[in-house]
Amino acid sequence: MSKIHGVIALFDNPHDIYHAAKTTREAGYLRWDAFTPFPVHGLDKAMGLKRSRVPVFTFLGGFTGFWVGTAMVWYMNAFDYPLVVGGKPFFSPIFPFPVMYELTILLAAFGTLAGMFITNRLPRHHHPVMDYSQFARLTDDKFALLIEATDPQFDPERTRAFLAELGGHSIETLQE
Amino acid sequence: MSHHEEAVLERPEILKEIRPAHLPRRPIVENGRDFHWITEKICGIIEGKTPVWWWVALCVALMVASYTGIGLLYLVSTGTGVWGLKSPVFWGWAIVNFVFWIGIGHAGTLISAILCLLKQKWRTSINRPAEAMTVFAVACAVIFPVFHTGRVWFALLPGYLFPFPNANAIWPNFRSPLEWDVFAVSTYGTVSVLFWYMGMIPDLATVRDRATQKWRQVLYGILAMGWRASARHWANYEMAYLLLAGLSTPLVLSVHTIVSFDFAVANLPGWHTTIFPPYFVAGAIFSGFGMVLTLMLPLRSLYKLHDLITQYHIDCMCKITLATGSMVGYAYAMEFFIAWYGANPYEQFAFINRAFGPYAWAYWIMISCNVISPQLFWFKKIRENTALVWVISIFVNVGMWFERFVITVTSLANDFLTSSWDYYSPTVVDIFTFFGTFGFFAVLFLLFLRFIPLMAFAEIKAVSPQGDPHHHAEKLTNRP
Repeated sequence: MSKIHGVIALFDNPHDIYHAAKTTREAGYLRWDAFTPFPVHGLDKAMGLKRSRVPVFTFLGGFTGFWVGTAMVWYMNAFDYPLVVGGKPFFSPIFPFPVMYELTILLAAFGTLAGMFITNRLPRHHHPVMDYSQFARLTDDKFALLIEATDPQFDPERTRAFLAELGGHSIETLQE
Repeated sequence: MSHHEEAVLERPEILKEIRPAHLPRRPIVENGRDFHWITEKICGIIEGKTPVWWWVALCVALMVASYTGIGLLYLVSTGTGVWGLKSPVFWGWAIVNFVFWIGIGHAGTLISAILCLLKQKWRTSINRPAEAMTVFAVACAVIFPVFHTGRVWFALLPGYLFPFPNANAIWPNFRSPLEWDVFAVSTYGTVSVLFWYMGMIPDLATVRDRATQKWRQVLYGILAMGWRASARHWANYEMAYLLLAGLSTPLVLSVHTIVSFDFAVANLPGWHTTIFPPYFVAGAIFSGFGMVLTLMLPLRSLYKLHDLITQYHIDCMCKITLATGSMVGYAYAMEFFIAWYGANPYEQFAFINRAFGPYAWAYWIMISCNVISPQLFWFKKIRENTALVWVISIFVNVGMWFERFVITVTSLANDFLTSSWDYYSPTVVDIFTFFGTFGFFAVLFLLFLRFIPLMAFAEIKAVSPQGDPHHHAEKLTNRP
């Protein structure tokens, strides 16, 4: 018999999932997740999620882009082949600014996208929740709450009852 | 009790007395459509058999796009003499077309990024097609700077455009706005694609989950990156989205500023003016919204999207067009004023010449299309007449092409020394190459319509009244 991944229940509207998430967090569950077809306003606070780490990646990208741009222009126009243009200085912070600015934004954007994938551990083309019979509705118009078996408070019977109490239906046990 | 605690306790009492009225807002989704209706409506467009009109449109678009293909082949094989450029006008249709297409792209980024930061919920119905328009417009735009070099294979290697050393081991000149353009436009194209793609990941997951055929499951599955609608993922996604919006805003403002520097940095009368950066950016947004209206209004009728692109959406788009058109009109007046006030005879001449010289015909087309036609949007009756709005949007696009033409050609054709003056005309190759780019754009846009969800329906659900967790559940209708 394969291991249990967790128990999942379906909810019908954002109001229900919001309150279910709040109650689940207050009950002290730690290893659980909610599924929504769109970002529900305030749900991350109700779940007690910490601020996202994506900005770190954005900053790293932007910082790298800025210095790459500066170094590139200095190397190309002031060091390797100093270009004489109207007697102007070989390097100053003014003329390379557009290039530095654009490269900052470019690498910051790459950092942001990479950061989103890294913090979400995507791509991951299979996850136990995709075996849920109602999974297709989670990207359409229904909401779900999944409590994982690795949670210290998890108990197959009591967790199912807890989810039913919250107002969930179509409760299923997911296998790994 | 402290003053603060008293204030907190007082508020409920006052509210009971006053009972402020609930301010009705026009709903973003009309007729109380539920989430499933929205999913079915948008996904239905790309599921099922391809409609006949799509094939017909694709054939026409491919035929028109071939004009560009043939024009460019002829250009590269024969030489840049096939274009109409001759002394003193060495910048002609190519740069006008380039600025035209880049400008159109800017509205997509404005809708996605700037309206997102300004928390304008109505953007969700039009942001995906507008971003698609941006990506495809940039693709059309880059054709011109790449091919105008003549020996196109040198544009990449060795570096006419990109920073690789050329045959004499010389690097590009980073003091030139033409080089800044390379970085600005490449960054703009890349970031637009990234933002567009990231925005569609949740919707691609929906298409994957609804797919019945294996190839669709695999294709959309790969593109959706395993998205499973997890709330923890949404938190990171929303942060990334906000960051990309925050990055794209200064990007869009800087890109057209740098494009305007192609002109403003030069010393020609009519070009060398500090109003160019904000004037070009406002003009770009103006022309871009014209193109968004041109594209979205027929799609709205064709796919019966009236509940998702409501009169409120059209009103907002018309008002932004009006606002930016007014800014452009103001810029025209200011240029004239500063030319007079600055007492520079060359500058004064440049503007008199635009209005009354050999290109007066182009100038007055520009004025009537850009200054007069958007002012019609003050009137509600006109904004509610969809056919008329569409016609005005076409005028906006025509007018903005002529604006770039007037700026580029009049200052070059009639510059400092009268003995250098001459009249510039495009050749057949110029004309066909340009009109072909509309075909190229149409081909890309038709492919987008066929394979990618037309609207950001996850975002639309999020801003609909029933998407709010604090909204009390009302009876939802599901009329066909």
